[in-house]
Amino acid sequence: MWLTANPQLDKKGQLHHLLTLEGLPAEILWQILDTAKSFVGTRVKKFPLLRGKSVFNVFFEPSTRTRTTFEIAAKRLSADVINLNISASSQSKGESLLDTVDNLSAMHADMFVVRHGESGAPHFIARHVAPDIHVINAGDGRHSHPTQGLLDMYTIRHYKKDFSNLRVAIVGDVLHSRVARSQIHALTTLGCPEIRVIGPKTLLPANVEQLGVHVYHDMRLGLKDVDVVTMLRLQNERMQGALLPSAQEFYKFYGLTGDKLAAAKPDAIVLHPGPMNRGVEIDSSVADGKQSVILPQVTFGIAIRMAVMSIMAGNK
Amino acid sequence: MPGNPLPDAEQLLTALIEQMRPAIGPETGLVGIHTGGVWVAERLHQALNLQTPLATLDVSFYRDDYQARGLHRDVKRSEIPFEVEGRDLVLVDDVLYTGRTIRAALNEIFDYGRPTAVRLATLVDRDGRQLPIAAQFVGAKLALKPGHSIGLRRDARGRLELELREAKS
Repeated sequence: MWLTANPQLDKKGQLHHLLTLEGLPAEILWQILDTAKSFVGTRVKKFPLLRGKSVFNVFFEPSTRTRTTFEIAAKRLSADVINLNISASSQSKGESLLDTVDNLSAMHADMFVVRHGESGAPHFIARHVAPDIHVINAGDGRHSHPTQGLLDMYTIRHYKKDFSNLRVAIVGDVLHSRVARSQIHALTTLGCPEIRVIGPKTLLPANVEQLGVHVYHDMRLGLKDVDVVTMLRLQNERMQGALLPSAQEFYKFYGLTGDKLAAAKPDAIVLHPGPMNRGVEIDSSVADGKQSVILPQVTFGIAIRMAVMSIMAGNK
Repeated sequence: MPGNPLPDAEQLLTALIEQMRPAIGPETGLVGIHTGGVWVAERLHQALNLQTPLATLDVSFYRDDYQARGLHRDVKRSEIPFEVEGRDLVLVDDVLYTGRTIRAALNEIFDYGRPTAVRLATLVDRDGRQLPIAAQFVGAKLALKPGHSIGLRRDARGRLELELREAKS
């Protein structure tokens, strides 16, 4: 039974680590989304749930926004937060990942929030920490970014109420995007009937259709009558070799302009995980336009991370 | 319901309304605790003609059994649609038992502001208090056998009814 062997769940089937949205039961996704809702718009500045707990933000790869929102979320739950930028210290001195984790465990952490450039690193850490420590994947390589996927689901649900009639398009550099993978898995689990990926062949993973998505190479065809558009960042730092002629040419064919967005439904919403490359994958007029929900995404992201932490920390 | 050994919830509600009427003003804020307390508070709010909108509280994020039991599955958002600072408040719950829910509710309320006074109204005040907490407005006082608990039900027409439950743990 692969489900009982799911390394994210404890013996009771409750969330113990959050590593990927792939294979996570719908019930747990809904629980996280519902719990997050009770954190959105509250006037309470600090909840006492994680008082006395230590949350370690362990970032092997730089990130400002994700680390900051995890830090805010943990602090709003009254946890103590320790930020560790490993890429700048131990690893450059040659310490192994396992030694780093053992050292951090010895500092009595209750929860690790891990970002790593290598796919699977948070799984590896989750397997090796003591059984009472929780691990949250804050993005690993090209693999997964579950809290981003969850906040995208929260945002879509907030504006569209229901997933069962939605057409969602994910546009751009799907190949390098852990956000795209997380979204596809979550949308599928939550019952979204039509997911499209749009991009040049060089930026779509081989056999991406096997995930149950429809593939488009033409932006206007792909955006036709969609309810939700997710723009992905063009990840220059992950590009090896010449996958694209130039950023300008990418913008011409796949940059989201008002003109291309007009193919979608008039009330379609535009998401972007950030940071944005204005004038590369998205035009400023769209990024700042009335269909854009990019800033609400950031706010919802804090509530989602609070929900994940408070559900996990309560599961023994 | 014939054979129900418990008092009639609707009668207790009427008693509660009569106790509260002379003791509260138009500025008094009513705060119902999810879920049964909100049902009672909705009825009180209507009967007492209060101008201040009704507040609802879900104390899941403040419970002291979080470490042992985890987070409640179905947390509702607390809604306090008025300024707590300087207000006269009445907390409303269906059953007052250990007092721990009220402790959690007080902590949550004080995260919104400092009320002038907080009083407590409960449909049923049963034995078994574990904290120095008392209700000012009480529908009925009951003593129960160990292992039993009382819950509140609301039928489709909005009628409230008490029911005896065998405690699970």
